[in-house]
Amino acid sequence: MLEVNELAVDFTLHESAVPALKDVSFRVDPGETVALVGESGSGKSVTSQAIMGILPTNARIRSGEILFDNPETGQRIDIAQLDPESLPMRRIRSGNISIIFQEPMTSLSPVHTIGDQVSEALFLHRDASRLEGLKLTEAMLKHVGFPDPARALGMYPFELSGGLRQRAMIAMAMITHPSLLIADEPTTALDVTIQARILKLIRELQAELGMALLLITHDLGVVSNMSDRVVVMYHGRVMEAGPLQDLFANPQHDYLKALMHAVPRFDLAPGERLMPVREIHSETGALIKHQPADQIVDADAPHLRVSEVSKTYRLHSGNWFSNESRDLLAVDRVSLAVERGECFGLVGESGCGKTTLSKIIMRAITPDQGEILYHDGSRAIDVRALDNSELLQFRRKMQFIFQDPYSALNPRMTVFDILREPLVVHAMGDIDYQRAMTTELMRLVGLDPRFLNRYPHSFSGGQRQRIGIARALALQPDLIICDEPVSALDVSIQAQVLNLLKDLQQELGLTFVFISHNLAVIHYTANRIAVMCAGRIVELAPRDRLFEHPVHPYTRALLSAVPHPELSQPLDFNAITESAASDPTQWPQPFRLDGSTRTTFMALEEGHFVRVAAGSKPSDLAA
Amino acid sequence: MLAYTLRRILTMIPTLLIISMLVFVIIQLPPGDYLESHIAELQSQGESVDEQKIQFLREQYGLDKPMLHQYWYWLTGMLQGDFGYSFEYELPVTEVVGDRLFLTVLISVATILFTWAVAFPIGIYSATHQYSWGDYGLSTLGFLGLATPNFLLALVMLYFANVYFGTSIGGLMAPQYIDAPWSLDKLLSILEHLWIPVVVIGTSGTAGMIRRLRANLLDELQKQYVTTGRAKGLPPGKLLTKYPLRVALNFFVADIGNLLPTVISGAEIVAVVMSLPTTGQILLSALQSQDMYLAGSFLMFLAVLTVFGVLVSDILLAILDPRIRLGGSSSK
Repeated sequence: MLEVNELAVDFTLHESAVPALKDVSFRVDPGETVALVGESGSGKSVTSQAIMGILPTNARIRSGEILFDNPETGQRIDIAQLDPESLPMRRIRSGNISIIFQEPMTSLSPVHTIGDQVSEALFLHRDASRLEGLKLTEAMLKHVGFPDPARALGMYPFELSGGLRQRAMIAMAMITHPSLLIADEPTTALDVTIQARILKLIRELQAELGMALLLITHDLGVVSNMSDRVVVMYHGRVMEAGPLQDLFANPQHDYLKALMHAVPRFDLAPGERLMPVREIHSETGALIKHQPADQIVDADAPHLRVSEVSKTYRLHSGNWFSNESRDLLAVDRVSLAVERGECFGLVGESGCGKTTLSKIIMRAITPDQGEILYHDGSRAIDVRALDNSELLQFRRKMQFIFQDPYSALNPRMTVFDILREPLVVHAMGDIDYQRAMTTELMRLVGLDPRFLNRYPHSFSGGQRQRIGIARALALQPDLIICDEPVSALDVSIQAQVLNLLKDLQQELGLTFVFISHNLAVIHYTANRIAVMCAGRIVELAPRDRLFEHPVHPYTRALLSAVPHPELSQPLDFNAITESAASDPTQWPQPFRLDGSTRTTFMALEEGHFVRVAAGSKPSDLAA
Repeated sequence: MLAYTLRRILTMIPTLLIISMLVFVIIQLPPGDYLESHIAELQSQGESVDEQKIQFLREQYGLDKPMLHQYWYWLTGMLQGDFGYSFEYELPVTEVVGDRLFLTVLISVATILFTWAVAFPIGIYSATHQYSWGDYGLSTLGFLGLATPNFLLALVMLYFANVYFGTSIGGLMAPQYIDAPWSLDKLLSILEHLWIPVVVIGTSGTAGMIRRLRANLLDELQKQYVTTGRAKGLPPGKLLTKYPLRVALNFFVADIGNLLPTVISGAEIVAVVMSLPTTGQILLSALQSQDMYLAGSFLMFLAVLTVFGVLVSDILLAILDPRIRLGGSSSK
C-alpha cells in the first residue's frame, strides 16, 4: 500500500546540503504493522515527515519515490512528486494517512478545545454536518477510552493527564479512519503502565479498522510486541529489514546485533554485562581511590537510614479574595535503609515522589517530619540537624547525578571549570592539584582530558552525562544519588553509562541510590529495590525476589506492563485493564489505602517487605 | 468568568487609591505651594499682591489646612467630578483641560489604530517569509523607524506636508477653527491634520510592534502543534490564523495596558514641536509652577487610563486563553 523507493532527503544547513536520508526503501502492506527502529538522528522521523509531506522548510526530497495506493480512488500516487501544500497532498494528510506525535502536550494547541481539534480533520476531509461531526467525535473519544467524552469535547489539553492527551491525539488521527497510521514514538513520553494501555488501544483500533501502522520507535520492547515487520535505520540508511521473527531470532547486521545486546533485559544472567554499541574505557588514577576498609569502624550500620520522612506541598489555587488550598502528600512516612556498598533502587512512575525523596535526602528540600541518618563509618550524622558549615562539609560525602544532561551543565563554563568547581567551593588543594584531579576525573569517565577546555555544547548527551558523573565524583563522595541518570539517553548510550556507573561503584566502593522509572534499568543496576507509588514505598525486596515474587498489586501491574524485547515473552494485552493501577484507593484488600487505613510494612522472607493494612496476616496475601 | 471580571474591577479600587496618594505626595514634595511661588514672582517684579484674593484662594482650596485634609478635599472633589481649580489659568481644571483632553484621546486612539493596522500585516508577512527579501526590506524600514527621533520626524513631516499637501504647519486644525465652536468643517480640518502627528507618534511604536509580533509568531510557528495542524491537511492560510497567530495574539493583547500611557507620554515632545493643542504642554508647565490640582488631575487621568488598559487586556486575555481563564481552579 505504501512503498518507499530509494528515498533521499537533504537538509540545507549553512548553505550546504546535509543528507538526512540516503537510499531508504521499504514497504507497508494493508493492515500490517511495520516498525521503524533506530536511535535519535537515524532519520526515522524524517522518513515519516517525508511521507506526510510535512518536512521542515529547510529539508528537500532529492530523489526517490513514495508510492501510496489511495484506497478511495484506487490510484497510485507518488507523494514525493506532489507539492506539500497542494490540494491532493492535503487531502491525503489525515484523510488517508494520519500521524501521532511523541509529545502529547506540545502537539495539541493549548488554546483550542479537544472537541475542536479532534473534529477538525473530520470537517476538512469528510462531508459531515456540524452536529453529525460532533457526534462522531464524541463516539471516537469514547472509543479511545475517555471516561466522559461529552465533557471532554469542551475541555482544553492542559486539563488532561498525559495519558488522556495521547488518547486525544489518537482520536484526532483516527477520526477520519485513515488507511495508514504513522505513530512517531507514541509512548516514549508516557509511564510504563500507561504505555501498555496506549499500545493495547492502538492494536485494538488497528484490528477493528484494518489499517496499516508505521510505528517509529527506539524501544525494542515495543517493537517485539507490536510489529509484523521491522526496518532498522542507522545514520539515514536502512541497515536491515525483515519479518519480526527473523530479525529478532537471527539478526544479520552488526548494528542490530549490537543494539540487541545493549538493551537491559530481565533475563540477564547474574553478572552478565551489557554490550554497549560503543564501549568506553574507564581508567583510575592515583588521586581517586577506594576507601580502605580498615577505616570503617562500624561496617554493619546502614550507610543511610531514612525514617518516617514526610513532605506535604500546599497547593494554592487562589487569588486575593479566595484562599482555597489543598494539600498534596508528595512523600508519606517513607522509611528505608541503604547498606554500605550496595545499589539501592527506587522505582516508580512520574509523580510518585521519588525525586522529592532524593532531594530531601540531599537536604535540598526540607521535610515536614522524619529523620535522615548518614553513617560515615565511625559515627552517625543527623542530616537534618546540620548547620550551614557542617552541611558544607557533609556535601563531600553525598553527591547527586541529574537526569537531564543538557540542563545540568552550565553552558557558559568549560568542562574544566565545571569539574573544578566543587574543588574550589570546598577549597581542596591548589591549582596544580585541581588540574591533576580534573584530568583524572576525565579519564575515570572515559573522556579524553584534552577536551577539558571545551564547552558542554560540543558534547553528545552521553558524554555530557559522563561529565555530570565526573563532577559528582570530584569530591570523592561515599554515596551518590542517581536520579534517572539514563532516561534522557538513547538505548545505545544507556548501556555505556550504566556500565560506567557499575564499574565506578565497584572500583571506588561507592554506595548508590538509583532512581528510575525503567524496571529493566533498575533490574540491571540495583541490589535491592523499593517500589514507590503515590508518595509511599509499597514494596521493598532484593532484586531477584522482587522480580520473581512480586506481592503488591502495583508492583505486579508495573512488571506486567513492561514490554520485553523478547519474542518469547509477549505482553499479555488481555491482562492490561483500564483500571488505574497507580490509584491506591483501587487496590484490593489488604493493600488498599484510602486515607484512613493505618498501614504497616509486613516482613516476608529474605528481606522482602510489603505495605498492607495494619493487622493483616501473611495468609491474607495468598490471592 | 463573570466572577473573575468583577474581582478584577474590584482590585482596581485600592490600586487607584494608592496611586492617588502617591500622585498627591509627589506633587506636594517640593517646598511651598503655587500661591507662595506666585507671590514671590510678583514681588520680584515689583508688582503689588492682591492680599485679599490670595487669602480667599488659600481658604477656598484649603491650602492653609494640613496635607491630609487637602488630599481628602481633592479626592472627594474628583469623585464628584470637580477636579479643582487651576491657579495659573485662574479657571476650573475641567475648563482648562476640556477640549485638550478630548484631542489627546483622539490622537492616542488614532495612533494605536494606525500602529495595529500597519504592524499586524507586516509582522505576519515578516514571520511567514523569514529571511526573504521582503522580510529584510521591511525589517530595515522598521529599524529606521525605531531609530529616528520623533521630533526630527515631526519637523520633516511638517515641511513635506506644507510643501506638497498645502496643509498649514503645526496645530491640529486650520487656524480659523481654533476656539471656534464645533462644526463638521472643524472636524474635517482636524482629520486632515491628524495624520501627521499620528504617523510621527506611531512610527517607533509600530516598528517595535512589528519586531515583537515577528519574534512571537516565529516562536509559535516552530511549535509542534503547528505541525499537527499541517498533518491534518489544513490549508496554509487557515492553519496560520487558527493556531500560531491565535497564540501570538496573547502578547499583543497583554500589550494594550502599556500602550495608552506610552503613546500619551511619548506624544508630549512631539506636541511641543508641532504645537498640538493636546495636554502635553500644560502638564509640563503645571508641574513646573506647582499648579497642584491641574497637575494632579492629569497624572490621575494617566493612571486611570493605565489601570483601565490593563483591565481591558486582562479580560481579553482571559477570553482568549483558556489557561488563564481556567488555570486557577483546575490544573494546579
